Amino acid sequence: MDIELITNILFATIRTGTPLILIALGEMVCEKSGVLNLGQEGMVLMGAVLGFAASVITGNLGLGLVASVIAGMFMSLLFGFLAISLVANQVATGLALTIFGTGLSAFIGASYVGVGIEGIQAWTIPLLSDIPVIGKIFFSHDPLVYLSWVLFGLVFWVFKSTRLGLTIRSVGENPEAANAIGMSVFKVRYGAVMFGGAMAGLAGGYLSLAYTPLWSEGMSAGRGWIALALVVFASWKAERIMLGAYLFGAASIMHLVLQGLGFEASPNLLAMLPYVATILVLVVLANDAIKAKLSTPLALGQPYRPQL
Amino acid sequence: MIFKLEKRPSDSKAMAYLSPVLAVLLTLISGAIVFASLGHDPLGSLYVFFLQPLEDLYGWTELGIKVAPLLLCAMGLMLCFKAQVWNIGAEGQFILGGLGGGFLALQLGDVESYWVLPAVLLFGSLCGLAWAALAAWLKTRFSANEILTTIMLNYIALYFLYYGVHGPLKDPDGFNFPESALFSDFAMLPVIFEDYRLTISILFALFAVAVIWTFMSRAMLGFQINVLGQDPSAASFAGFKDKKLVWLVLLICGALAGLAGVSEVTGPVGQLNPYIAPGYGYAAIIIVFLGRMHPGGIVIASMLLALTYMGGEMVQMDLTLPKSITGLFQGMLLFYLLACDLLISYRIVRDRPVQTKSSSNQQETAQA
Amino acid sequence: MKLKTISKVLATAALAGGMSVAQAEDPINIGFVYVGPTGDAGWTYAHDEARKYVEEQLGDKVKTTYVESVPEGADGERVIRQLASKGNDLIFTTSFGYMNPTLKVAKKFPKVAFEHASGYKRADNMGTYFTRAYQGRYLTGLIAGKMTESNVLGYVASFPIPEVIRGINAFTKGAKEVNPDVQVKVVWASTWYDPAKEREAAETLILQGADVLTQHTDSAAVIQAAEAKGKYAIGYHSDMSEYGEKAHLTAAIHNWGPLYLKKAQQVLDGTWKAEDLWPGIAEGTTDLAPLNEAIPADVVALVEEKKAALKAGEMRVFDGPVINQAGEEVVPAGSTMDDGALLGFGFYIEGVEGKLPQS
Repeated sequence: MDIELITNILFATIRTGTPLILIALGEMVCEKSGVLNLGQEGMVLMGAVLGFAASVITGNLGLGLVASVIAGMFMSLLFGFLAISLVANQVATGLALTIFGTGLSAFIGASYVGVGIEGIQAWTIPLLSDIPVIGKIFFSHDPLVYLSWVLFGLVFWVFKSTRLGLTIRSVGENPEAANAIGMSVFKVRYGAVMFGGAMAGLAGGYLSLAYTPLWSEGMSAGRGWIALALVVFASWKAERIMLGAYLFGAASIMHLVLQGLGFEASPNLLAMLPYVATILVLVVLANDAIKAKLSTPLALGQPYRPQL
Repeated sequence: MIFKLEKRPSDSKAMAYLSPVLAVLLTLISGAIVFASLGHDPLGSLYVFFLQPLEDLYGWTELGIKVAPLLLCAMGLMLCFKAQVWNIGAEGQFILGGLGGGFLALQLGDVESYWVLPAVLLFGSLCGLAWAALAAWLKTRFSANEILTTIMLNYIALYFLYYGVHGPLKDPDGFNFPESALFSDFAMLPVIFEDYRLTISILFALFAVAVIWTFMSRAMLGFQINVLGQDPSAASFAGFKDKKLVWLVLLICGALAGLAGVSEVTGPVGQLNPYIAPGYGYAAIIIVFLGRMHPGGIVIASMLLALTYMGGEMVQMDLTLPKSITGLFQGMLLFYLLACDLLISYRIVRDRPVQTKSSSNQQETAQA
Repeated sequence: MKLKTISKVLATAALAGGMSVAQAEDPINIGFVYVGPTGDAGWTYAHDEARKYVEEQLGDKVKTTYVESVPEGADGERVIRQLASKGNDLIFTTSFGYMNPTLKVAKKFPKVAFEHASGYKRADNMGTYFTRAYQGRYLTGLIAGKMTESNVLGYVASFPIPEVIRGINAFTKGAKEVNPDVQVKVVWASTWYDPAKEREAAETLILQGADVLTQHTDSAAVIQAAEAKGKYAIGYHSDMSEYGEKAHLTAAIHNWGPLYLKKAQQVLDGTWKAEDLWPGIAEGTTDLAPLNEAIPADVVALVEEKKAALKAGEMRVFDGPVINQAGEEVVPAGSTMDDGALLGFGFYIEGVEGKLPQS
């Protein structure tokens, strides 16, 4: 393999990992607060369709992205109302949100099928992008890729060294205790859920406005599920989400690149690569039972109702 | 707020039965509004969605065709979830069951014996079991979280199926299309009513419900699963083997989902093709929670969900509404069902000026 | 009003099985079973456009119904059967996976006419049809062979089934005819539909030197990838120039409308019978989208000439010599590949790079 090929593979890896990072970071924050939302697929699709529609209508991609984020947040509010305020079962509510969002996005998007737009273009960062190899791999992407790094830094920093991070974590570990010392479990959980929704919506916008600027039904193609698995893979650590998403992205790219290199194997077997790789790496990284258990937010999935 | 929620002293028995009724009523009202706003007669449309699929025996048998696999998967998942084992992998176990059973059925294509079918069913179940065993092994040996492994194993199973039907299991006389030959009659499940497609797989499903129901309520194992589910540390104090239980529930679930898969291919499908699994393994997850982790509830929930799929087909045919409406409708129904369950443990009261309360003893946490 | 329609449908349903083929003055009902959503912008979208065309053309004389995203497993048979028992006189099942279910239902409803796309099993009341999309592919191959500078063409494919392989071979045949040095590289995405993955597959091909791309998947992501990289691309299913004005050379498009109209008219007239139809460029079921202005006039002329020859039946795409990858002459000069061989196409011809996956 020559250097140009490797450069391109790594470049594509980052792009492929980006939607996964966005969804998974949002879901991680949500789960840290003790709420398991399985509705990402629905939120991503709503973000994708409304972002696309807003861009077509206003002719402004920035507004489109804003619409994506709002769409994701709106969907997550629906989830939050049921799962937080009405203490409904989180797993079932999340799955229902996915069904609902898939249907609603198809319904809304019917008139946008076959419409083309000029998508979000790459921003090559001056100077940095001139560095050989590194510049091409890291600094010639579209702005949302950089945004995903900023958001990663933000999430990492919040949980590493802020009160907010501590608050979210305590709410996810022991809501009763958190409430007793004066934290509002409700507010924190709503906030975390909405952050998850915003991130999923943004990921949707990334798909329909930057990655492949088009709308067609079900275009997220199961990325919400992969992101869910990545949060677990990462044991709720932001830096490991990055690792997991890029690993998965790289393996998906290899499925295609290996064929191009004349690697003769059944493409259907090659397509298993990212999934097998994820399991294998998890096994290598996480065979410490106690550690794995400790990282799981203790109150994950459990509804909470404060003083009544 | 004028109204607020108040925790009931104990769960309301009446509400346990009334809340689904209320949810269905709310769905009907909202559904009527949706249909009316789309320019359709609301009552007639609701009739088409909810009743027309079941107005004859044929409709009921078709419902059974969908309920059987959903129930088999859901019963296995219920055991897993009760034991806090978050198995998302019924879909993959279903696929492996179908693929394995189908493989044997094709190998025994020329054998004219009544032993073919039992062998095929057994082998399919074992393949599903083996797929679940992988997740159990990864969990107990490497502490690999089962949510992740089972999701990944679902995809791997799907590509295995693709590999099989595009490759070694392809019908040699099938013009290279990706599907197997039709199975011989000896590998096919018998149907219950002549001319209808419903096979005895529905009996397997009902049998599984009966056995697991009895088991959960009477046997020591049911007790163990419940204890472990509620408090893992208590369970290990009580001397239950944590790991054994993980193995047990996953293996049972795998075998049941595998049986569902093999029953699908030796029943209504009759061959292997890339599309043998229409997502029953995922739908069953919702069903378990909708059915409140109770076998009786799960039976009802699986019938309800199956009905919405058939109703969705009906409104497409009769009202020329797009399929996306089905998703909206299902989502709405599920939301209402989940929301109304709130009334089992809580009641809505008028918000009066608060009497002073000490905060600690008023804190209450609802259990899932 | 709507209740009336419903009860009418119910009444027809009750009569199902004993129904006779509709009289000319009665409207006929036509049912369509789709494998994807009508919003997939690809395969199903093209079928639904044809359904609308039939409605436009025949007006009050037809009523059409469709059911979309019908899984090709156990659910297919129920939907087909329901359509039959609801009084549809003609039912189109538009994906290969419906073959056996359609056959089973057809046996139960001898008075209903069934038409199954892309299969090979037929009955007295079940015909099959498909489109010789490979003829369109061949013509696009001519353009690709002329337009490439790197002599590498890229093909994003879904799964190695005959329909896809036929397209790859036809495209290669066209390209080779005008440019003997050309090589076609294929990447299998192992999905029909995942825009992001299709785009990555396209970029993989570009990386390996391909400067004209085409795809046999459902989205337009490949066109977008080519546009972004300043390469050329050829669409499939429908005109995809919307997604890349510069890149989009043309597209091999489906036009099921005339075929569906003909079948509907036959049922109206009472002349319908089960047959195996495989129309193509002559009947208009496959065609080219408008050609990009970047294509030189002599290439346009060549395409027009070949198109006319195909239409007139003066030539066929797989006229001998057809040479496989091993260099063996599979079809000798002077003869042509028959439809049976085309239907089950299971090997690559010379000019396609790599080995055809056998699984």
